[in-house]
Amino acid sequence: MSSPRDVVITGIGLVSSLGEGPDAHWQKLAQPGLQPVLEAARFAPYTVHPLPEIDWNLQIAKRGDQRQMETWQRLGTYAAGLALDDAGIKGNDELCTTMDMVVAAGGGERDEAVDAAILAASESRNDRDVLLNEKLTTELRPTLFLAQLSNLLAGNISIVHKVTGSSRTFMGEEGAGVAAVETAAARIRSGQSTHILVGGAFQTEHSDMLLGYELAGYLHRGPWKPVWQRRGAEGGGVVSGSGGAFLVLEQREHATSRGRKIYAELGPVVSGRARRRRGELDTEIAALLSQAALPNGKLLALSGASGAHAATGAEKAALDANPAIASRGFSTLTGHMKEAQFPFAVALAALAVDRKAAYPVFDAAAETPFEGVPATVLATAIGYHQFEGMALVNAA
Amino acid sequence: MANLNDHMGRPIVAVTGIGVVTSLGVGKADNWAALTSGKSGIHPITRFPVDHLNTRISGTVDFLASSSKGASPLTYELAETAAHEAVAEAGLNSSDFGGPLFLASPPVELDWHERFSLYNSDKQDAGAERLLRVARGLKETDIFETTQFGSIADRLADRFGTRGLPITLSTACASGATAIQLGVEAIRRGECDRALSIGADGSATAEALIRFSLLSALSTHNDIPEKASKPFSKDRDGFVLAEGSGALVLESLEAALARGATVLGILRGCGEKADDFHRTRSKPDGSPAIAAVRAALADAGLGEDEIDYVNAHGTSTPENDKMEHLSLSTVFGERIGSMPISSNKSMIGHTLSAAGAVEAAFSLMTMRESVIPPTINYDNPDPAIVLDVVPNKKRNAEVRTVLSNSFGFGGQNTCLVMAREPV
Repeated sequence: MSSPRDVVITGIGLVSSLGEGPDAHWQKLAQPGLQPVLEAARFAPYTVHPLPEIDWNLQIAKRGDQRQMETWQRLGTYAAGLALDDAGIKGNDELCTTMDMVVAAGGGERDEAVDAAILAASESRNDRDVLLNEKLTTELRPTLFLAQLSNLLAGNISIVHKVTGSSRTFMGEEGAGVAAVETAAARIRSGQSTHILVGGAFQTEHSDMLLGYELAGYLHRGPWKPVWQRRGAEGGGVVSGSGGAFLVLEQREHATSRGRKIYAELGPVVSGRARRRRGELDTEIAALLSQAALPNGKLLALSGASGAHAATGAEKAALDANPAIASRGFSTLTGHMKEAQFPFAVALAALAVDRKAAYPVFDAAAETPFEGVPATVLATAIGYHQFEGMALVNAA
Repeated sequence: MANLNDHMGRPIVAVTGIGVVTSLGVGKADNWAALTSGKSGIHPITRFPVDHLNTRISGTVDFLASSSKGASPLTYELAETAAHEAVAEAGLNSSDFGGPLFLASPPVELDWHERFSLYNSDKQDAGAERLLRVARGLKETDIFETTQFGSIADRLADRFGTRGLPITLSTACASGATAIQLGVEAIRRGECDRALSIGADGSATAEALIRFSLLSALSTHNDIPEKASKPFSKDRDGFVLAEGSGALVLESLEAALARGATVLGILRGCGEKADDFHRTRSKPDGSPAIAAVRAALADAGLGEDEIDYVNAHGTSTPENDKMEHLSLSTVFGERIGSMPISSNKSMIGHTLSAAGAVEAAFSLMTMRESVIPPTINYDNPDPAIVLDVVPNKKRNAEVRTVLSNSFGFGGQNTCLVMAREPV
């Protein structure tokens, strides 16, 4: 039964190594046996899924705006623009000025050359704090700070796309993406908002972004493998990817009154925080699956599994324990996109519902085919280190 | 029987616990005593060398165990300390809070001291390659945790037994107010009876100071530190970087009354509006800030004439104070010249991610104590900004309602309206 306050998805903006936009992603991902786009040399021994070629001008018209950002903010601003375009909101002043926004963000890129020079000098200096002052005061580009600030992705979206209803930035890896979608949906269901832009971006092609995983040894090393098959290989199992995912979530009544195409309805969004050191992850995943109230019958699941051994093992076991679930670990083809991972999972789920077809297996050794039309699709993000979330996406 | 719903039929949100830490001290009592006697917490920086720096003063919190341990540990301790005070005052179980957590905290990065020590623990390769190789050989995850944006909230969730996935957020200098707003909204949606909202910032590192300094945002009045932060003065020349934390226990009035809790104040309305003009400057007509103030008043169900006092954002930068005056005078009209408006930042500096929460805590105390903390260092008024800033000395006054402003880089404008009594 549809209700006027249902949350529906009316816009999808995607960027990954596979390309940009929902159509490009659908076409690629619907091909059986699609091979991932990999970059194994630049960051060896790590492999990443790199950004595709992007003409930033298409979504960020002013060169001045582009110059104020580094790649992470450009990528997010670009993906947000794609979603707004897709929903027919871009350029509509009335809709943009009343649109709310929740962005899931980490931090932006540091200046690697400045950092490397400071580190090199630190080998022969004992007064390292003074060295730091000396170098940072003279070598940092003043506006770089703004390109690093977490909330300035949202700030740039306001400036470039004129989304100015409200602007909130959530931080905290995959959990930020989960909370962003969950909060946005709750705001719409309760009538606190009619249309919200929600999503995130991750630019992994920067040493600090790899360091964020590798300080706990989370990255996979050596030859690339699909996300479900990295246990026992060298390293921690995560292969990261650059990408972004933004969704336009809208109150059903608001979307239908302006005659928009609806991709899908966003059903329950559930989240949790297992105390993993106490071994709570298995029961937490089971609890989330139960709270999500899965429908009877075969269910397609778009899993945001990162490849991190413990979390991915626990998720795979939970999904496999239910024979009705056919899971698709999309990180096999896109890499792990951190804050953008959950919005990306929800977007892929919405696409399958909209196209009335399941994705073929992304990994024939670990996934099973899904026949028929997926009326409901599960999207998951079990954090590589902490925080968990899931959503059900239903036919419009 | 008190009315339990507001003018829009939503649950009224009460404050039942308040905690605060600033450079003036730990806890409400010390802070309030200092704040109302016009004492400044701004001092020369001793945490790191100030060679080559144009700004050599700050409002850092130097008296906690983690004060010299880096931004993540200190931000955690600041948050934990303020939240402990708030939860204890609310009379709730401090390890089983039983509601969600909303944490405003600064974006995290690998601390330079860690960076240096990782780098110099090895000689092979150089730059990032060496750091990555050393990183994957680490046996402990302590350093890793300081680089995860969700880790401080995760630890706080463990410590206080909050429910569900904790939300860590940043809306730059409006973050603390946004954390409160998220708590209010969750209670109004009926998702929970209570929420713990915290703003904490212990990120006053050398690099943070240099970054703001390169944007010409900081005061360079180093000679007399306690005089450097001078909101609304003609010779104001920037804000003073500071640290602190504020925590509120928010509860539906119904739940608070049902368990016999003392109601310390009401979180009556929240308003926000993003600015699309510039990354660090506001739209010249002030329309986003004006819209945020009006949205907060409308959400609170109060008219312009029903605000008794404004707790200003008042950073002491030339731009902010001018724009804040423009926005307030547009909303409040002629009355603005006679409304008390003071800036806590004149004494504690700008606590960044914590500011909105710290200043909400002080706003609530202002109403409870019927004392308005002054704007100190108001010796040279800006003739273009005609306001009653409660200059230099506290003022006894009955204050029933407060508007607290928070404005931040990235076009963030968030305003809170608080009241002493439920309607």
